Amino acid sequence: MTQSIDRRTFLTRSALIGCSLAASPLLTPVSLAAAPGDNRLVVILLRGGMDGLDVVRPYGDPAYAALRGNAGISDPDGAVDLDGYFALHPALRPLLPLWQGGQLGFAHAVSTPYRDKRSHFDGQDLLEAGLSNLEQGMSRDGWLNRVLQYLPDSTAETAYAVGQDPLLVLGGPAKTQRWSPEADLALSPQAIELARLIMADDPPFSAALAQALDISDSDGDRVATMGTPDDMMAMADNTNKKGKKSSTENHIAEFIGKRLRKDTRIAAFSINGWDTHFNQTRTLPNALGRLSDAILTLQSTVAGPVWNKTTVVAVTEFGRTARINGSGGSDHGTGGLMVMAGGALRGGKVMGDWPGLDEAQLYARRDLMPTRDVRAYLGWLLHSQFGLPTSTLETDIFPGLDLGSNPGLIR
Amino acid sequence: MLFAPQLADIRFGCGLSPVHATPSSVAEMLDSLQKPDTIAQRFPIETFETFQMRIAESQRLIKLRRKDRGSPEALASIKERRVLNKQARIAQAGWLGQHLNRWVWTDAPLRERLSHFWADHFTATGKAGLIRRAASPYLESAIRPRITGLFEDMLLATVLHPLMIHYLDQQKSIGPNSPRALKGGKLSGLNENLAREVLELHTLGVNGPYTQTDVRELAELLTGVTNGAPLRLKFRKDFAEPGSETVLDKTYGGGQAHIRDVQAVLRDLARHPATARHLAWKMAVHFVADAPDPALVDALAARYMDTGGDLGAVTAALLEHTAAWDAPRTNVKPPFHFVGSAMRALAVPPEAISSLDERMVRKLLIGPMARMGHVWEKPVGPDGLPEEDAAWIAPQGIAARLQWAISVPQTLMPELPDPRTFVQTALGDFSTPAVDFAANAAESRWDGIGLVLASPAFQRT
Repeated sequence: MTQSIDRRTFLTRSALIGCSLAASPLLTPVSLAAAPGDNRLVVILLRGGMDGLDVVRPYGDPAYAALRGNAGISDPDGAVDLDGYFALHPALRPLLPLWQGGQLGFAHAVSTPYRDKRSHFDGQDLLEAGLSNLEQGMSRDGWLNRVLQYLPDSTAETAYAVGQDPLLVLGGPAKTQRWSPEADLALSPQAIELARLIMADDPPFSAALAQALDISDSDGDRVATMGTPDDMMAMADNTNKKGKKSSTENHIAEFIGKRLRKDTRIAAFSINGWDTHFNQTRTLPNALGRLSDAILTLQSTVAGPVWNKTTVVAVTEFGRTARINGSGGSDHGTGGLMVMAGGALRGGKVMGDWPGLDEAQLYARRDLMPTRDVRAYLGWLLHSQFGLPTSTLETDIFPGLDLGSNPGLIR
Repeated sequence: MLFAPQLADIRFGCGLSPVHATPSSVAEMLDSLQKPDTIAQRFPIETFETFQMRIAESQRLIKLRRKDRGSPEALASIKERRVLNKQARIAQAGWLGQHLNRWVWTDAPLRERLSHFWADHFTATGKAGLIRRAASPYLESAIRPRITGLFEDMLLATVLHPLMIHYLDQQKSIGPNSPRALKGGKLSGLNENLAREVLELHTLGVNGPYTQTDVRELAELLTGVTNGAPLRLKFRKDFAEPGSETVLDKTYGGGQAHIRDVQAVLRDLARHPATARHLAWKMAVHFVADAPDPALVDALAARYMDTGGDLGAVTAALLEHTAAWDAPRTNVKPPFHFVGSAMRALAVPPEAISSLDERMVRKLLIGPMARMGHVWEKPVGPDGLPEEDAAWIAPQGIAARLQWAISVPQTLMPELPDPRTFVQTALGDFSTPAVDFAANAAESRWDGIGLVLASPAFQRT
């Protein structure tokens, strides 16, 4: 080993140094005590830094009103009281039935180990890498990819990165599948047959095309059209917009839901638009609407027994300042909020040690103080859903993490 | 086998063209690199020096906003800055069009291939705000003029480029015992990012003969290298870690901190045999095959060492080697190459590309290329695009190529050629009976053209 630390071959290295060679999941088929079984996990990256203090409002904290004004729980269309201390942003009202059924939960005052610089770029990189710091440079494999390396019989179909954004969280040596609803094919029936023909003598092309046609066809709208190029372009546009701002996420969620009903166990996608520096009473509801649509679309698509095996987690790179800024928004902060949903979840709770909002209780006298590493919640979730041992989680999935006590997230 | 005109354009050029003749010899190909870069003059892309003026203006407006928050001047400056950012975003879309116009109309296609290859080797981009638009100006100023020069000159021009310093966090790296660190404050200590990538990606390669200690020592040696306004290389003695540093058993510095020590270590790394092998291997993989003939790699590495890393000479060694021509066509065009060579085969008129507004550039080019797996000028990491072909032959990538090939050419060029003759234009001697059949059987011109372009015969090099 000429290099003592190389994050790109991180897992191989830790396997070589930390455990015996035979335990390396890259070299031998692993058999873990618990199989991945039937459980499903959907990870949503909320890019831009979600303002957790606005989404789940700690109106019971005596310092809240001075920072944020009236939480709005007396307004019939305003925030909804959750537990006498926290209130839910009105834009998430569509999720209330889930909350009442114990299928929606939150972890407040969480963060990655990222501090002080408050850059989206670094913050997201750390969140997706799952590491304690980036002093070794940027990571090129994500924690969710490392999870796959520990799942027996994981194939490319096991995990899907969905949408157009790069998703470092799923990047790495374990094979994953990638699809964006915008990539759905729309071709004349004859072009489909001829495309098969021209690729027939090139097996890798041929196999990729067959899969692409299969995936495109399986999500509802058929591949075959009678279209002209103009029609095809228009169809591609429709996939993008369909009149409503929320439909990209709906398309993604529907696609994921259909895959989860088959062989897929893990999926990741991102929702942008959380960087609410200006006028956030107008901008935040838009992003929350897309999050809530995505969760509800997932629920209605997977439906029934599969939903009861499913957990959705939405995480963000950091929270925002405790105070509202001069332009009606909030700036990059530290402690934030994790959103969880799903039939497998033991929800109906706002979890976490509340640090308080007095100036002295704030991080750097400006941000919500993080009281727990967001990776600890993710780690316990992975432990419950996929049977990953805590030692694996603390050394290989989230190296250097202290998992702490089990918050009991799963039914 | 040695030299074949059509393969020359397909494997080492921008693809076959109905307008431009294939080269007649290796000498002609190499000679084209020595001629003036006329295609760059015809389709200009902003230099980094001009781009810095945008940065300077942006910084001036930021200052104005901060000077007297809430004042009319401050509010106006916010608006002006938004306009400035928008203009840069539009310009960036235009530069993609210029890259493609060059690809379609150049008679020195090897220059385009080498420029994009080295730009990917030295991947850098801005991480926030206006600087996110700087990748093409960086390519234009730091890379393109140096593709036939000494590798060490390109290494210095890129590693010590303000965009790379920004991209790999070098401006955050401060010697733990430097005068600046001893003064206290919130500034962080050493950041190893640039040092690590120089060793791992830019020079010796991931399997190269270096240790974590070398990374650390190089990072200490690099302290002092930072950016000043407006995004200009600056050497700050007060950031530099005092004392000498040892990288690969050679000691640098020790006296008064000076950028000369940084330049010296970079030149030594450029001349290292492991760097020669790493670059030889990467060029052979990029241009010939994922698993290139070891004799080809040996020949390139030897030429590199013999010439002190003369990239023109190494390129000549590549084109002069039989293995570069004998290898079966297994490589797959990366997305930009695929789109560019399709447009070259169609001879899409320059106006058809230049007249696209930003929205159309996104719709017809940037969006589809992203689905093919290349998010234009937003690299996932400093290691740039994958070289392995399997990365491109994935379901989504193949679907995106097929859909683009069938639907976009018609939009760019209402009068498409006859698919039956286009087979010959686009594929030359590499056409297959299946593609011929498809071009004849297609029920529309756009289907026929698209099927030719989507065929493995067109996509493989």
